[in-house]
Amino acid sequence: MLLAAALSGCSSTPDTTEQPGATIENRDIGGVQGAKPVPGIKDPLVQKPVGQPEISSRPLTPDTSPAGALPSVLRDPKSMLSRRSVYFEYDSNAVRDEFRPMIQAHARFLLDNPKFRVTIQGNTDERGSREYNLALGQRRADSVRQSMAVLGVTERQMEPVSLGEERPRATGGDEASLAENRRADIVYDGEDKPPVGK
Amino acid sequence: MHKSIVCFPLSWPRALPGTLVLLALLLALALVPGARAQLTIEITGAGANQSPIAIVPFAGEDRLAQALTPVISANLQRSGLFRMIDSKDVTPLPSQPSEVRFPEFARRGADSVVIGSASTLPDGRVEVRFRLMDVGRQTQLAGFSYTVTPNQLRLTAHRISDAIFERLTGDVGVFSTKITYVERQGNRFELKIADADGSNAVAMFTSTEPIISPAWSPDGTRLAYVSFERKKPIIYVQSLVSGSRIVLANFRGSNSAPSWSPDGNRLAVVLTRDGPSQIYLIDADGSNVQRITKSSAIDTEPAFTPDGRFLLFTSDRGGSPQIYRLPVTGGEPERLTFEGTYNVSPRPSADGRGFTFIQRSGGRFNVAVQDFGTRQVQVLTDTALDESPSFAPNSRIILYATEVKGRGILAAVSSDGRVRQRLSAGASDVREPAWGPLLKAQ
Repeated sequence: MLLAAALSGCSSTPDTTEQPGATIENRDIGGVQGAKPVPGIKDPLVQKPVGQPEISSRPLTPDTSPAGALPSVLRDPKSMLSRRSVYFEYDSNAVRDEFRPMIQAHARFLLDNPKFRVTIQGNTDERGSREYNLALGQRRADSVRQSMAVLGVTERQMEPVSLGEERPRATGGDEASLAENRRADIVYDGEDKPPVGK
Repeated sequence: MHKSIVCFPLSWPRALPGTLVLLALLLALALVPGARAQLTIEITGAGANQSPIAIVPFAGEDRLAQALTPVISANLQRSGLFRMIDSKDVTPLPSQPSEVRFPEFARRGADSVVIGSASTLPDGRVEVRFRLMDVGRQTQLAGFSYTVTPNQLRLTAHRISDAIFERLTGDVGVFSTKITYVERQGNRFELKIADADGSNAVAMFTSTEPIISPAWSPDGTRLAYVSFERKKPIIYVQSLVSGSRIVLANFRGSNSAPSWSPDGNRLAVVLTRDGPSQIYLIDADGSNVQRITKSSAIDTEPAFTPDGRFLLFTSDRGGSPQIYRLPVTGGEPERLTFEGTYNVSPRPSADGRGFTFIQRSGGRFNVAVQDFGTRQVQVLTDTALDESPSFAPNSRIILYATEVKGRGILAAVSSDGRVRQRLSAGASDVREPAWGPLLKAQ
């Protein structure tokens, strides 16, 4: 049987201020890398207009199997590909424009590297029915899948799943924590977790 | 290997008749004896009528590994329907009907008195006898004799509690049933089974990933549950007899929300293999998948009605999550809930009269019940983060999960809202409870 690592448990406190229609503070999602250009490093992706997936990438050699070490570009903080999280507004699964460059980067990578697969994991914040939240998380994962599908990526390379409220990244009850958990993550097969920080 | 309780009814005051009743103790078999963790219980509230009862310590029980009358008293007290009359200082303590001084018990305010005895046989088994006596009429209301092994003594106390409860309230007792729940400590998740009073908790499955939605098979021998051990939700069915398990459903995307049909042959589940979260039927061995709901919305949390003819479920096809009812054979779902914008987690009562569910109102999530016939809704709790309600098999109590001071605990409320209990597990988080079925005598 599996035994515990010494991680602290989750807790949440009731937040009675989040009602349907509450405005979400419009902010740079805390800590999302690549939202601002890193000084001295030109990242052409950030300045590209939406809908222009001209991303330079090198196809990897065919015998790079996903079961082996994943290419470091996927975890390179300077690469758009290390960005894995799409954040959602309350009660929504619409993919906002600010995430399209990132989605395009992953779509390009998958199209260029057909041996790679991703799982798209949807998450929700913690209040309410666990099963209904599982389904809401699935909707979010499916929205990201759909965004990649229109760019040509097929189901063979993507599986949308849900973690519902079960694996929150933030455990405070404040608005920032709730927003952090309204999220879908792109995880490459062979990775244990996506690179956190974001 | 079957262990059994052999149970003989006792009549007043003759010798034992020859009736043999065998009860298969499936849940006592082949379980890993884990740490003897226990849920602690506190109760508040009282039933509308409390029956005053004196439980006299059984002759010989202090020589046993497990005394019976403390368990019986705790059970009856916990139901909120009995008032315990002190009788430890009655001298001498009666254990036979002829020894009961009824006027003394009447003076103390008791309407009923329970007497009994326990003795160890040469082969190591224990013979337990009890009688329930009516103080006013000075007659016997019930009496049984049991021959059991020492590790069945606690269960015997639960069976005696059931017999007393049934004779005096007219309702089926659930003291000898089981509950399941998930306990979390840090990064360790355990699917546990315990007695209905929270004692004897045993871990059936342990994981470093979450476990949700455990569901009892109708005969109490299997649990279906959702495990995230492979980083996506997958439904397993595990035998409580052998401990082995199968993957029931691992289709593309998420697999969750198992609910057994009353005949135990198939389950309703939620799959996303066609895209949206929809309800499917699947045989208990994982074959014969058949889609039941046909919307592009979220349809989830299916629950069979006790007659097996309908599914209750949660759907947001109307814009917000509400509860619907659909014939298993198909057709147009009928919406059942109309108050507010969030009604989820339906579970029907065994008597077919209605269902329990969670209603959000003013930011709080509360356990409620709705009657099928009158459509009347009654909110039963005033905590704020209730989830996962399920009825006891006598339709009189609802078990659910809630949060107190940031920690997950279990709680129970009587279906009329009067009696409340809290069950907590020390520093751990407990969640996802489900009440087990009645194990019938064969």
